[in-house]
Amino acid sequence: MSPRSDSGAPDPGAERRRIQRSRNRALALVLVALVVLFFAITLVKVKP
Amino acid sequence: MSATAVPLPAEWRDFFALTKPRVMSLVIFTAICGLIAAPVRIHPVLAFTAILCIAVAAGGAAALNMWWEADLDAGMKRTAKRPLPAGRMDATSARDFGIALSVASVAVMGLAIGWLAAVLLAVSIVYYAVVYTIWLKPRTPQNIVIGGGAGAFPPLIGWVAATGHITWMPVLLFAIIFFWTPPHFWALALFVQSDYAKVGIPMLPVVAGEAATRRQILIYAVLLLPLSLAPWWIGGTGLVYAVSAAVLSIGFVVLAARVGLRRRAGAEDRMRPEKQLFAYSILYLFALFAALVADRWLVGQG
Repeated sequence: MSPRSDSGAPDPGAERRRIQRSRNRALALVLVALVVLFFAITLVKVKP
Repeated sequence: MSATAVPLPAEWRDFFALTKPRVMSLVIFTAICGLIAAPVRIHPVLAFTAILCIAVAAGGAAALNMWWEADLDAGMKRTAKRPLPAGRMDATSARDFGIALSVASVAVMGLAIGWLAAVLLAVSIVYYAVVYTIWLKPRTPQNIVIGGGAGAFPPLIGWVAATGHITWMPVLLFAIIFFWTPPHFWALALFVQSDYAKVGIPMLPVVAGEAATRRQILIYAVLLLPLSLAPWWIGGTGLVYAVSAAVLSIGFVVLAARVGLRRRAGAEDRMRPEKQLFAYSILYLFALFAALVADRWLVGQG
């Protein structure tokens, strides 16, 4: 359910923040996964 | 300017939807099969990286496809709810997302796996996003035939990622998907042809008519039978694959014959043979490549 302002209408500012937060979380997950992947690739590549 | 005048940003789910996740499952599966069927073992981390790059590249190409075809998608029931035609995302975001995924996947493939696999990956993206989407699809009823090459790349790239070179086996895997694509898509086009006609896409059923399409479906299915057995014939697989391919391909020809030798029985025709062929074609490809992997595994055990 989308947040509403005092007048009862949907609050676009709150909705914008919610979407932005979920996008930031998704991006953070992708970045952490990439860091782990690149670290693992490096270990495999440098192993004699 | 009021806050309501500024459109909301797209959800992460919409970006994910741009990558056509359902199509990607077949891409990932065939790429894994190509990689496993290769006679060279690579480290699991590198294998995972190669498959990830192929999947991300497919997602990038799909995003570019949706960006270019947003107007067409808006006119078709099947695609009208995609993020761009539904107005949940702006075109620039979709284009930039597609380019970012494409470039990143090719770069990581080149640096982590090898540059031959990376070049093939880049070619597959350009093939789908430019040759198929921009050039052929709106111009020729043979769009599906040549565009099918884009979907045929994953097992080839998977194989090359493992071995570092191209031999007859991955080329045959490429050819199998290439010849599988027309009957698969034309079966779909037969029962959604009114949608394609509405937006002016020259699909074979729209341009050449149903009879010609049904004939072509049968021709490609018949050609697929010997082609699916070719990996065994050149000694690349064992009997498990050969028997599976023969059974599956005969089933494909039988269903294609039911489509190829019939005519639509009026407006009430529910197009069951066409829908059955479309569903079977998906099962066919999954089963054929699973048989390839099972065969390789059994040879390895033996």
